[in-house]
Amino acid sequence: MNAPDSLQTSNATVTSHETQAAAGYNFAYLDEQTKRMLRRALLKAVAVPGYQVPFASREMPLPYGWGTGGIQVTAAIIGANDTLKVIDQGSDDTTNAVNIRRFFARTTGVATTRHTREASIIQTRHRIPETPLTEKQILVYQVPMPEPLFRLEPRVAECKKLHALSDYGLISVELYEDIVQHGSIATTYDYPVTVNGRYLTSPSPIPKFDNPKLHMNAALQLFGAGRERRIYAIPPYTPVKSLDFDDHPFEVQRWEHACALCGSRESFLDEMIVDDAGKRMFVCSDSDYCHERRANDDAIDDANVDTIDAHATTEPATHAGEHA
Amino acid sequence: MTPLLSARSLTKQYGGRNGCRDVSFDLYPGEVLCIVGESGSGKTTLLNTLALRTEADSGELRYTSTNGDTLDLRTLSEPRRRLLARTEWGFVQQNPRDGLRAGVSAGANIGEPLMAVGARHYGQIRNTAQQWMRRVELDATRIDELPSAFSGGMQQRLQIARNLVTGPRLVFMDEPTAGLDVSVQARLLDLLRTLTTTLHLSVLIVTHDIGVARLLAHRLMVMQGGAVVESGLTDQVLDDPQHPYTQTLVASVLPV
Repeated sequence: MNAPDSLQTSNATVTSHETQAAAGYNFAYLDEQTKRMLRRALLKAVAVPGYQVPFASREMPLPYGWGTGGIQVTAAIIGANDTLKVIDQGSDDTTNAVNIRRFFARTTGVATTRHTREASIIQTRHRIPETPLTEKQILVYQVPMPEPLFRLEPRVAECKKLHALSDYGLISVELYEDIVQHGSIATTYDYPVTVNGRYLTSPSPIPKFDNPKLHMNAALQLFGAGRERRIYAIPPYTPVKSLDFDDHPFEVQRWEHACALCGSRESFLDEMIVDDAGKRMFVCSDSDYCHERRANDDAIDDANVDTIDAHATTEPATHAGEHA
Repeated sequence: MTPLLSARSLTKQYGGRNGCRDVSFDLYPGEVLCIVGESGSGKTTLLNTLALRTEADSGELRYTSTNGDTLDLRTLSEPRRRLLARTEWGFVQQNPRDGLRAGVSAGANIGEPLMAVGARHYGQIRNTAQQWMRRVELDATRIDELPSAFSGGMQQRLQIARNLVTGPRLVFMDEPTAGLDVSVQARLLDLLRTLTTTLHLSVLIVTHDIGVARLLAHRLMVMQGGAVVESGLTDQVLDDPQHPYTQTLVASVLPV
């Protein structure tokens, strides 16, 4: 969630980590041979956009489902001069993001940041930052299930064959069934895409709102699935098409509301319940984007001020938690 | 006339026994060929081998495609085989649950082969699915129900619709009426007979039911112990059986 600002303290965190990587560990935790293996898989993944490359996933010091694939990819590509940003559901200060950022700060000593613009590597779970990425940036996704066909075809060998023959009729069945049951394509996250006109690919559970950002993105996009042991990639400027029907074209979700904190109408909004009476508030899911907009433009609608205050007082634990 | 499907000395065995051996026949366009025999005589193995669902050990298997090319099925590449199975062939399983996708609606089941060959218009797929439901005498308003909501006979008809929706020329059927009660069987057979005539289908049916063979088939092959022991026109074989096994088979049919 997009918690109110705690930027000042986070800068202090950065300086304290700029000393050294943790003693007794190799740079970025993994040993060099493992990183080599990962880089080989990454090179192959970049060479064949959207193709799932198997790799020997290692045990990482966090449970499967918490981003073991993502941190292995990050560990393989991170260098001493990189600046790392980690987001979870768009936010820099949820547990997953805080933990992974601190993990790399300790094991590499690289600078970390919360600003999308400053980061050279952004590890993400469930979102693509709202701020457009550049050619100098790499986006690393944490992927729980890399196989887009698994719900309809449980056999891994058969799935591989379907990919090899680009036999993708099955995935349309899933979309068809969506329309039957909900009147429109109700898949709102992990919306299947075709990469470079060839491989059917899972974009990881990002909202379909972010799917258009996959298309012709300037940044290199790497996907790591630790439990399923697959790596895949979308190289810069690669066409990515979201699947649809001719009479039910792909479209992203829209909100009637603007962000209660920054007033943005373009960003992906989270709905938050702020009190016991069921009062709701819509805020940007991308916390850095929201902060930046507020810094640039201090004029926030008067109507929203109350909500912000209410929000700030309901969640003081968020601030305390991160720097504990 | 060139045969649609032509087998020569086709053999498929499991560790040197069972299976089927040395089967040769020609199937012509529009012809219904029935394979009868007792359990374990190799009928289903033969059918699966012909439909390229299992790899033959030896022999020749040729198919004449829509554009007139003669294809050697045993050396055909995997993508071509799949394309063939999707566009020119159908395969009706004995148990409709094997041939249907249980987790998606009847409409999606019928529409899946269409989507597999590139249909991307929801409305058209749905219309075609409804048309086919009517053709196989199912209530088209039940298009959004899961296969499990249909009775056994209806599921079988659903499976037939799913197989015929792409307009195949050759349909393999593995005991399509087994496990259905007699009146439902009769309606299904009636439907199959109508469809094969109107669509000019070539059909290979495996059955142990002489009645099914008598009603549907133009020609008959009788199998015993993996080999074809007798073949010929249906009426000829059933009215004047030559091989002792065929004689037993015909004599064992209960008189009504």
